[in-house]
Amino acid sequence: MIETRGLTKHFKDVRAVDGIDLTVARGELVALLGPNGAGKSTTLRMLTTLIPPTSGTARVAGFDVVRRQREVRQRIGYIGQGNGAGHSQRGRDELISQGRAYGMGVRAARARAAELIDSLGLGEVADRTVATLSGGQRRRLDIAMGLIHAPGLLFLDEPSTGLDPQNRANLQEHILRLRAEHDTTIVLTTHYLDEADSMAERVIVVDHGRVIADDSPERLKAEHVGDTILLGFDTEADTTRAARVLLGRELTAYGQELKIRTQSGPRQVPGMLEDLRLAGLPAVSVEVARPTLDDVFLQLTGRSLREGGAGHQSEPTRELVEV
Amino acid sequence: MLTDTLTVFSRELRPSLRNPFTIIISMVQPLVFLALFAPLLPGSDSLRWFVPGIVVMSCLFAASMTGSNLLFEIQTGSHERMLVTPLRRPALLIGRALKEIVPMVAQAALIVIVCLPFGYRLSVGGALLGLIILAGFCVGLGALSYTLALASKQQEWLFWTVQQTLLFPILLLAGVLLPIDGGPGWLRALAAWNPLRYVVDAERALFTGDLWASTTITGLLAAAIVGTLGLVIGVRAMRRSA
Repeated sequence: MIETRGLTKHFKDVRAVDGIDLTVARGELVALLGPNGAGKSTTLRMLTTLIPPTSGTARVAGFDVVRRQREVRQRIGYIGQGNGAGHSQRGRDELISQGRAYGMGVRAARARAAELIDSLGLGEVADRTVATLSGGQRRRLDIAMGLIHAPGLLFLDEPSTGLDPQNRANLQEHILRLRAEHDTTIVLTTHYLDEADSMAERVIVVDHGRVIADDSPERLKAEHVGDTILLGFDTEADTTRAARVLLGRELTAYGQELKIRTQSGPRQVPGMLEDLRLAGLPAVSVEVARPTLDDVFLQLTGRSLREGGAGHQSEPTRELVEV
Repeated sequence: MLTDTLTVFSRELRPSLRNPFTIIISMVQPLVFLALFAPLLPGSDSLRWFVPGIVVMSCLFAASMTGSNLLFEIQTGSHERMLVTPLRRPALLIGRALKEIVPMVAQAALIVIVCLPFGYRLSVGGALLGLIILAGFCVGLGALSYTLALASKQQEWLFWTVQQTLLFPILLLAGVLLPIDGGPGWLRALAAWNPLRYVVDAERALFTGDLWASTTITGLLAAAIVGTLGLVIGVRAMRRSA
């Protein structure tokens, strides 16, 4: 469905997108994950013909995004960061004119609008002006507009930004249902880790305009981070000594806690505890944590996604114990 | 292309139709000019001269506002949504400009009706041709207004500053309110470069039924040039700015 080669976008001196090669097959659900300014939205805007690439090529739904814009536009749906419906318009009117914009007849557009209003639960608000709708209702209307022509490929740019958790969950459910029912190929950008984690079976991590990782969430975590074992001790001195006992592993000491990164946490814990007991350093607490995508990002870039920006160390007080 | 233009046009017009109060309000302004300005003009023939001018003025004001709705839609994201659809780009410009102009046809009719008791007579055929020429000019102007909105999407004041700064010189140098023939040489020289001037002259001849005057040709030409130029610039701006 999507194939890009060396896709690049420069804004004056800024390399917003710096050579992205991407292949997305029919039926995939892909999340582009990265901090603000990483180049996710710019990539999406090139793939949806909104801006021309500085260099490189992209074929979307079988057509070149520069030379065959109209063909691409007919085959894709796009739900941007803003609200697609005009504020002085009524939702139903906007849905119908959206259908007309995709070449549907008046009757077909009307019927499809009614269908979407129904399936997205907009029945009570569809005939009110958009300005009077709540954020969640507007977002559902945006989704309906993006789906009006039942596109085989749907792009969503930060679909859940600004929504409360309940609306976000609703939205995710709609997207997943859409995919299950119509086998729609979906590409979304997000900086919500849990969203990428729970929805996408493929996460493409983008940073500074480049793809730095591309795999299923599970494999990304296993490959780049592994599990984390947290062992608690009575005193800091014990922690330091325990670190020496467990030498040869990837260790971080933090106060009375020892953090150990490993590929297979649950399997390693019993052996570690035994070693520690023999050394007279019994652990007082044990926790095995599976990694998050944030850990993956931290591992790859040295920065955390959670803090939203570039350059922040995630836990500056944590020190690496030299052993 | 026609369907696309119609889609954009009817989308734009729909909120006004749902709430016709705004259209009614916009009808009042030219009537104010007609009531308070026309009596100041010398000569018994002043309506024949003034009515086409006031129609042009209304259309000019309306078309130059094309970009103002757009500014808001750029901010909210609905313009972007339109850009991703396969709608042909010129249709986006023409549809929006027409939305501003078409209510002006109703307005022109109203002005004419109001003037009838005062002895005003017009040639319907000539006036219709005149409105087509005027529409061509206004589509171009609307497209330029659209371009201006795209260029000032980061700072809204820019749109209004440029629009207001240009609107009045164009209006005054076209001889809409007062004739420029009696003006000083430099002013007439400036006016010679104003395409609207030729459109206004054409309207005056056409409204009185003088279809075969040379002003019709120059007016048509001026409107065609502005119309084409506006669309070319507008489409280019749209391709670049998104």
